[in-house]
Amino acid sequence: MGLKIIVLAKQVPDTRNVGKDAMKADGTVNRGALPAIFNPEDLNALEQALRLKDKYEGSTVSILTMGPGRAAEIIREGMYRGADGGILLTDRAFAGADTLATSYAIALAIKNMDYDLILAGRQAIDGDTAQVGPQVAEKLRIPQITYAESINSVEKKTVNVLRRLERGVETVESPLPCVVTVNGSAADCRPRNAKLLMKYKHAHTVTELQDSSEDYIDLTADRPYLKIKEVSAADVNADLNWTGLSGSPTKVKSIQNVVFQAKEARVLTADAYEIEELVKELIDNHTIG
Amino acid sequence: MSNVFVICELEDGKVVDVSLELLTKGRSLANELNCKLEAVVLGKDLKDIEKQIFPFGADVVHVGDDERLDPFTTLPHNAVIVELFKKEKPQICLLGATTMGRDLGPRISSELFSGLTADCTSLEIGPHTDKKAGKEYTDLLYQIRPAFGGNIVATIINPECRPQMATVREGVMKQEICDANYKGKVKTIDVASILKPEHLVVKVIERHMEKSKVNIKNAPIIVSGGYGMGSKDGFQLLYKLAEVLGAEVGASRAAVDAGYAEHERQVGQTGVTVRPKLYIACGISGQIQHTAGMEESSMVIAINNDPNAPINNVADYVITGDVNDIIPKLIKAYKKNTK
Ligand SMILES: Cc1cc2nc3c(=O)[nH]c(=O)nc-3n(C[C@H](O)[C@H](O)[C@H](O)COP(=O)(O)OP(=O)(O)OC[C@H]3O[C@@H](n4cnc5c(N)ncnc54)[C@H](O)[C@@H]3O)c2cc1C
Ligand SMILES: Nc1ncnc2c1ncn2[C@@H]1O[C@H](COP(=O)(O)O)[C@@H](O)[C@H]1O
Repeated sequence: MGLKIIVLAKQVPDTRNVGKDAMKADGTVNRGALPAIFNPEDLNALEQALRLKDKYEGSTVSILTMGPGRAAEIIREGMYRGADGGILLTDRAFAGADTLATSYAIALAIKNMDYDLILAGRQAIDGDTAQVGPQVAEKLRIPQITYAESINSVEKKTVNVLRRLERGVETVESPLPCVVTVNGSAADCRPRNAKLLMKYKHAHTVTELQDSSEDYIDLTADRPYLKIKEVSAADVNADLNWTGLSGSPTKVKSIQNVVFQAKEARVLTADAYEIEELVKELIDNHTIG
Repeated sequence: MSNVFVICELEDGKVVDVSLELLTKGRSLANELNCKLEAVVLGKDLKDIEKQIFPFGADVVHVGDDERLDPFTTLPHNAVIVELFKKEKPQICLLGATTMGRDLGPRISSELFSGLTADCTSLEIGPHTDKKAGKEYTDLLYQIRPAFGGNIVATIINPECRPQMATVREGVMKQEICDANYKGKVKTIDVASILKPEHLVVKVIERHMEKSKVNIKNAPIIVSGGYGMGSKDGFQLLYKLAEVLGAEVGASRAAVDAGYAEHERQVGQTGVTVRPKLYIACGISGQIQHTAGMEESSMVIAINNDPNAPINNVADYVITGDVNDIIPKLIKAYKKNTK
């Protein structure tokens, strides 16, 4: 019994290295200004998928990511670790999506795929919302299991999952297909595999191929596994009223930077007045209070 | 009439703190909006549950009492609430940012196509002008939250969609009884007419709940103490500061080794790595094994009587002096400057 597993993975700006120009005037993220990484908890989800693939012969793991062209890096990264391939959902129409518009687009793409199990990270470090997994489940009208620490088994079309809650653990079972979101406390993802790295380093999307130099040799003709599929809003029949900024019920009204640019520490004495001024400042900039 | 709703969560038959905090906040929002505050409680054996809720100012408590709603699973809770909201059309819905709230909230919001903002740190009412569309909005819920690993604070609004949904973590809002004798109405939800077999496919096989453990890993603010706190008693000062700030208490290895704090609180290479928005290091020298576990904090305040302590190199603010003198001043200043 092979399982068809989809892993939802997001390329995220590394929020641990945020500079001044991280946000654009419209309140959306200026991704160009930040190093992009594989969302950490999505790697935990990938590891759970790969473990199922190891356990159940004939299983496949496919990465689905929505983002700009360069998000294809995420799919390659997943393939280096054992995923079989992936789909890049990319379109200008998806830009500026909040979690609901993101889930709408992802769910449409999934509807065109064969799947038993969808794994997502619990949350993405750029938004920390933990909403996309459950919302994709709702859009597909299938059950969801959040906060998974390990996927114990998939037997008789039923998945058995250990969840970690605030005050304990719980084992739940759900029929397939379903969405499982995986916690950072789950097992770490295996490292890249040298053989897979050699095999897949030339895996590209059509756009990446077109953008590379003219005399680039297209290897995908005899090596179809090197082709990363690119899917647009039209390909999934997306209703543009429901995608991107216009399909997002939440809007960013304003943003305020709380980064303290001064790398040099400010030195205070134990004087009560100075301490009170510091406390007021921290309350004003929402650090405390 | 479009009211403010709070979805209450239960633990051993008691409404949990975060729900009471949200009721308190919900009451003040409802006052400002001149509407009612309504609560939703789902579970089993809920007789008299409203008595825990009315004192926080709820005008209506919707009770869904059914075996199948306990223990919590997403689909039946979702179905009941979606059904209720289609009828009641709340303008605002608040949930705790708990494993339950963060599981349920997105599902409800997706089905109702209403926006949801996770982990708000502040909720306010205000207007909005959409210049492009030439529209004016009044009385929107400003959902204010840190984003980007705590590097920015964003104000989110949902101009068009209702309910405006938000989750808030425990301890962020104040909990305050509005009137011990406040009396509202109880409305019973006809759960049986809503639940269908397809809502009951996910089964809880086993549960192990423990008493709440120390969880410094996800705390937004950490007050951490080192050997310089002097004793286990000295650490009490840190708990006091942590309590007023809504923070967790962390410790250095030297402090843990000396028995000032439990091992679960140890920050550093052989402890936990933390990335709070604020880390206050008290009487910690700041050896690399310690800083490795906290240097990604958005902001660090170091309190040390040694002006050359290495911790000062990773700090944004350095307060030079005795912890026993400075911490009480911090507590006092904080209390004075917050409501
Ligand atoms: C392999 C290895 C792993 C380690 N892992 C960790 C780890 O995970 N976490 C960790 O924390 N450490 C770890 N350590 C230990 C680390 O090297 C330091 O020894 C330890 O962090 C020191 O703790 P401290 O700063 O509390 O104590 P000290 O170094 O003794 O510093 C006490 C500080 O308090 C100040 N002080 C004293 N009195 C006062 C006062 N009244 N008011 C204000 N300031 C005062 C002093 O000026 C001094 O700076 C590890 C070490 C090794 C070798
Ligand atoms: N653009 C995206 N592409 C693929 N997966 C995503 C995307 N956004 C979110 N996800 C998935 O949903 C999870 C939760 O994201 P979030 O709701 O943004 O915290 C992530 O860990 C991913 O698994």
